[in-house]
Amino acid sequence: MTTMTLSKALNAGLRKALEDDPKVLVMGEDVGKLGGVFRVTDGLQKDFGESRVVDTPLAESGIVGTAIGLALRGYRPVCEIQFDGFVFPAFDQIVSQLAKMRMRSLGQLTVPVTIRIPCGGGIGAVEHHSESPEAMFAHTGGLRVVACGNATDAYTMIQQSIHCDDPVIFFEPKRRYWDKADVDTAAGLSAAVPLDRARTVLEGTDVTVLCYGPMVRTCVESAVAARADGRSVEVIDLRSLSPLDDAAIMASVRRTGRCVVAHEAPVTGGLGAEIAARITEQCFYQLESPVLRVGGFSAPYPPSRLEEHYLPDLDRVLDAVDRTFAA
Amino acid sequence: MAVETIQLLTPEGERVEHPDYPLELTTDEVKSLYTDLVLVRRIDTEAIALQRQGELGIWASLLGQEAAQVGSGRALGPRDMAFPTYREHGVAWCRGLDPSRLLELFRGVSHGGWDPRAHRFHLYTIVIGAQTLHATGYAMGIQRDGAVGEDGEAVIVYFGDGATSQGDVNEAFIWASVFNAPVVFFCQNNQWAISEPLERQSRIPLYQRASGFGFPGVRVDGNDVFACLAVTRKAMQAAREGQGPMLIEAFTYRMGAHTTTDDPTRYRLASELEAWKLKDPIERVKAYLVRSGAAGAAFFAEVDAQADDLGRHIRKTCQDMPDPQPLAMFENVYAGPHALLDAEREQYAAYLDTFDSAEAAR
Repeated sequence: MTTMTLSKALNAGLRKALEDDPKVLVMGEDVGKLGGVFRVTDGLQKDFGESRVVDTPLAESGIVGTAIGLALRGYRPVCEIQFDGFVFPAFDQIVSQLAKMRMRSLGQLTVPVTIRIPCGGGIGAVEHHSESPEAMFAHTGGLRVVACGNATDAYTMIQQSIHCDDPVIFFEPKRRYWDKADVDTAAGLSAAVPLDRARTVLEGTDVTVLCYGPMVRTCVESAVAARADGRSVEVIDLRSLSPLDDAAIMASVRRTGRCVVAHEAPVTGGLGAEIAARITEQCFYQLESPVLRVGGFSAPYPPSRLEEHYLPDLDRVLDAVDRTFAA
Repeated sequence: MAVETIQLLTPEGERVEHPDYPLELTTDEVKSLYTDLVLVRRIDTEAIALQRQGELGIWASLLGQEAAQVGSGRALGPRDMAFPTYREHGVAWCRGLDPSRLLELFRGVSHGGWDPRAHRFHLYTIVIGAQTLHATGYAMGIQRDGAVGEDGEAVIVYFGDGATSQGDVNEAFIWASVFNAPVVFFCQNNQWAISEPLERQSRIPLYQRASGFGFPGVRVDGNDVFACLAVTRKAMQAAREGQGPMLIEAFTYRMGAHTTTDDPTRYRLASELEAWKLKDPIERVKAYLVRSGAAGAAFFAEVDAQADDLGRHIRKTCQDMPDPQPLAMFENVYAGPHALLDAEREQYAAYLDTFDSAEAAR
């Protein structure tokens, strides 16, 4: 067991994948000599060479489009999109090409491309560097969408994503890159939680808080604070956003009867809306109060001096928890 | 810059030589090219008729582009990989694909469905230019496999004049150039992107754009099957040997509508079409064969009979093509289990069953 940052855990996971399978490639802007702007790919090019860790020209559609071609040739490319807000030039290649290739070919083509996207705000960045576009991808059939929330998961989930024969959009919580956790690099993937499963981070009995990515830590802190008020909050890290782990969600909500979904993305048309609808469909009669959402507002991400107001924090999560008891 | 167009066979059927593109063809080879041109045109004619009869939802005609497609398609080696748009029926034919497989897409029974690896012919791509990046990535895979060299592999990717305005095509040029990828960019400039003329896409001849990206470009008479064959052969061999990408602009003309839903009389003059009819890609090969005494009426009648057979085959297979089962839409979306989609499939199957049981109860 080693204690490492989330960024380092991703690096170790990528390194392991590169070692295990010669078909795995890492490609993106500045991923080579620089090691990525967040250093997630630090040292990989030095050890695996320029043809496996590829500094690409500066065009996101080109990165994903050529990754598809490499996958068609039998490779397993891991693309880095430098920041969340830069993924949109690649939107067609992801949504219209990558997601549909398998179905269009009646299963004859497999495109195991992993697209890593640092996401979310909270680092005081300029615009287009703090966004949470996960719902747009979760809305697209043919993609798997996951988000890691800590170093332990980051290490296994990146490897599981690369092993997966489906395209995976892999969200990394950029304001948590420097958070540390224990990572067991000796344990094999078979011991890891499957990629499409949620994980209960904190058990509780009064209310279920669902979250993922950067919000996991916030929600755990909220739960600890709520405990002081005598409330037992169950925190579930969804990890998989497509498919959602309905079974885990419903099992918890059936027990607690209350639910708050928290994410940084705008609540309108967001994952929280989808989750609330599913809970209503599947356990309406076990609910003690309406499912509430805490998230970003339906406005563009604000200048960073205002981001603390935009991002759901401990107090906003607690406020929502309180409101589920007000009904 | 003077515009040069490589031509080896004039519209009148006269053979001309070009110092950079020597081409030796036996009479049988010329006859075989002629046969393919005629058969490919018949695929097109039948498909248009099938659309008019309601058997196909839509069809994208290749009329006028037979030489560009057969010439380039016949230049490919068995291990080369081709990435088409949605109009490369002639290339598909050269890659050994039964034309009825193409109809599946236009009839709406699948989104393609042939085995791209078996035929070394990728699925049709409808989003304009997107496939140029796939082709370039595939070519980068060839490099990583060490399959570049005298006995190497290369990729050809098809796109049109309109596509040259797409970001993806320009990005593909850049990737191919900086990585020296073994890919040939084959642009069929058919002068029209639906209703928009070439002048709306470019102020310079398209092949000249290549120089700005750092690789050679050449314009070939796209209605001259000999020239298309020779130029593509040379470009593919150069790519296989590691000399990097090349842009071929096949200067041709879309003699038909963009698709069966289009009406070209709204945006172009009939006289333009008449002028291009004089440069028909099939007539010039026929003239060459007649002029050289290599073929007579019996041969042409035999090819026509072959075309009739092919037409019958296409009509029959199209009309016999069953609709897919409803639950097929859930298949092959993911490689492994996907809890939500699997649940939706189950729910929809159960819903469909309620109709069966209602029927049974009646």
